[in-house]
Amino acid sequence: MIQKERHVLVILPHPDDEAFGVSGTIAAYIKQGTPVTYACLTLGEMGRNLGNPPFANRETLPKIRKKELLESAKAMGLTDLRMLGYRDKTVEFEDEEKLADVFSGLIDELNPSLIITFYPGYSVHPDHEATGRAVVRAAGRIPAGKRPKLYCIAFSHNCEEELGKPDIIHDISHCSEEKLAAIRAHRSQTALFYDDLSKRLEAGDPEALDRLRYERFWTYKWN
Amino acid sequence: MLQPIDKAKVQQYIEDFANEDVYIHLETTNGAYATHLDSSFFNAGAFIRNAKVRYERGKIAGEGPYRVGLKMENGWIYGQGLTHFEMDDEGRLIMAGLDHQGRLAVAFEISRTPFP
Repeated sequence: MIQKERHVLVILPHPDDEAFGVSGTIAAYIKQGTPVTYACLTLGEMGRNLGNPPFANRETLPKIRKKELLESAKAMGLTDLRMLGYRDKTVEFEDEEKLADVFSGLIDELNPSLIITFYPGYSVHPDHEATGRAVVRAAGRIPAGKRPKLYCIAFSHNCEEELGKPDIIHDISHCSEEKLAAIRAHRSQTALFYDDLSKRLEAGDPEALDRLRYERFWTYKWN
Repeated sequence: MLQPIDKAKVQQYIEDFANEDVYIHLETTNGAYATHLDSSFFNAGAFIRNAKVRYERGKIAGEGPYRVGLKMENGWIYGQGLTHFEMDDEGRLIMAGLDHQGRLAVAFEISRTPFP
């Protein structure tokens, strides 16, 4: 069950972060007529996958990934995409207070009823962690009664052990095509994953089918 | 587009940048998920972008993957595992070491202007 929202703000560091965990949710909100803004901090400049034979180098990769991000947005029906201009793998070294200021600016402008980001402490990549921390800091500046809801993505090995089962489960079956298209859009990084997923879907693999049916989040625990 | 390293060409390009101020991008990486995927893996890497240096000599060594070393007045810059190169349309020497799956393990780049 996907709750009705006023405006949804998704804040993630890398092009393709949205595809795996949130693209079905984004597409579902847009289908409902709920405005969604996706703020993507970097262009995945430090991605490792350059292909064999190579299709890119370190300097051309961000241009390719920017195109892919725009294609993913189109696949989800998203029209408000903000590219924030940070550099991949450097987010944790930014001034967290200033990063939170940028997020507070988005929150003030958009007045979202729901924010989606990574769960600090449970999201593995240092950019995910730093983004999640700064979002929590920005949201924490708002008094509890007026604060938007905060759904978090977590996938560290210990996340269920420490956080319990995800409390928010979105049925996105009606947006599985959009989700697949978003994953496919990021082909420079997802080509192998996409091919494998397609095969597993054809074979009726339950885990693969589950990916296109449900997206799971943890509501952030404020104390 | 990146091509398998032609040792003689790369040697010539390296010499073309000698004895002038140049900007270096040097990076080694195993990816941010290496330890997540294999908890026994010790993940180390380093990254420097736009170090402004001047080197007096530079050399590509090995039979592939290759090593490149630059000798400066007061030190050295060194990279290993290089497999591919490209002189891009902005006159920058882009070198990369790609593993068998096409994943970048090392990047070593030389430019007369700062990288963006």
